[in-house]
Amino acid sequence: MPVRLKINGKDISADVDTRTTLLDLLRERLQLTGSKKGCDHGQCGACTVLVNGRRINSCLSLAVVHDGEEITTIEGLANGEQLHPMQAAFVEHDGFQCGYCTPGQICSAVACVKEGHAKSDDEIREWMSGNLCRCGAYPNIVDAIKDAVAKNA
Amino acid sequence: MNPFSYTRAVDPQQATSVIGSNASAKILAGGTNLIDLMKMGVERPTQLVDINRLPLTQIEELPNGGGVRIGGLARNSDVAEHPLIVQRYPVLSQALLAGASPQLRNLATTGGNLLQRTRCYYFYDPAFPQCNKRQPGSGCGALNGFNRIHAILGQSEQCIATNPSDMNVALAALDAVVQVQGAKGARSIPIGDFHRLPGDTPNIDTNLQADELITAVDLPAIPFATRSHYLKIRDRASYAFALVSVAAVLDLQNGKINGARIALGGVAHKPWRAQKAEAALQGQTADEKTFRAAAEAELAAAKGYKHNSFKIELAKRAIVRALSTAAAMA
Repeated sequence: MPVRLKINGKDISADVDTRTTLLDLLRERLQLTGSKKGCDHGQCGACTVLVNGRRINSCLSLAVVHDGEEITTIEGLANGEQLHPMQAAFVEHDGFQCGYCTPGQICSAVACVKEGHAKSDDEIREWMSGNLCRCGAYPNIVDAIKDAVAKNA
Repeated sequence: MNPFSYTRAVDPQQATSVIGSNASAKILAGGTNLIDLMKMGVERPTQLVDINRLPLTQIEELPNGGGVRIGGLARNSDVAEHPLIVQRYPVLSQALLAGASPQLRNLATTGGNLLQRTRCYYFYDPAFPQCNKRQPGSGCGALNGFNRIHAILGQSEQCIATNPSDMNVALAALDAVVQVQGAKGARSIPIGDFHRLPGDTPNIDTNLQADELITAVDLPAIPFATRSHYLKIRDRASYAFALVSVAAVLDLQNGKINGARIALGGVAHKPWRAQKAEAALQGQTADEKTFRAAAEAELAAAKGYKHNSFKIELAKRAIVRALSTAAAMA
């Protein structure tokens, strides 16, 4: 089934099996492997991407549903070689250990700030609860998001 | 996941005609539960009818002070933060925000949340041979199995699963009305009649007919619903299903209870309207003693199993705390 998407600003056309999730389209067909498959059941948040600016779990959404929509993945956040302020904040605050959950954490954090849900440590923890980090880098992730807010990310 | 054909609905009539004529077709909205169940092999539709482009996303006042209408496709995140809901029905906003994660709430819809299926482990994983809900007549794996998250009210020997939704609990307390459209026309279903108790047919979750689509949920005007609270008790602070939850709406006048609406989550196959507790509160003084007596009245009929008997006392204390919180509101 044909599907057309704007991914990270670029128009993409693909012919997909109806069963293809947005995550599998990104990773397996378009080689955008930044978005990660953690649980594949919407429980971990590693697959978080932005669709028309809103964060979703790309593992629980079929690619065909998003025909004509704009997708932003971790690969689309930086401006050329210049990291997105949230990416820079994660690096500065060591907001990861193994890094597997990080693309999802950062996409989620960008949306969290944009939604206005990053006004305190508690609020950040609650509104980032859909992104699990098995290394337990949570304190540094909160610090990174707070810093990005302070720097107006 | 089994193969399926995909149809993008152009209007509600087309959607209802497809599901009415193909028993193995399913409506696809947010998909956060359906796609997951398809990955598990629990749901195996041969056709999906995508309704995401239908104009059913409104959240608006009904005419003549009649309350608020929420479109069947309104996303959980949009409902939770809509000023009409936050100001007039805080219990619904709180319930929605207590559920799932921001990512899931951005996809999940009002209609889909109403149709959310149980998270009973024996239902969700076909590796378990026994589940009367998934495979009628196969037995209930939870009855003598690991049943910590299971029902204590209204269950049957065939099924002790619970409804996992937070939203549904608030809707039950608010006397919501589900608007549906079928091949033969539209009808309204009071929330109390929408979900079913398991009885001998736990495979049927709701009274929605095969050709019917949820178009909206109406909240009646309830001036005192501004005094309402949702309390959710779970194993971790966020992003977990309720062990027990309480939606409480209190009509207080000079410290006396003029009326109360209470619904419980995590304890039954449907959102459990606590009518015995409500009756016990009527006309009484709003204090902890009254609240405890109401909770005792509601849970008198509760029955626990090997791993979930703790829920009986937990539900009582949760009712007391939710009512106390609502009573203390300005």
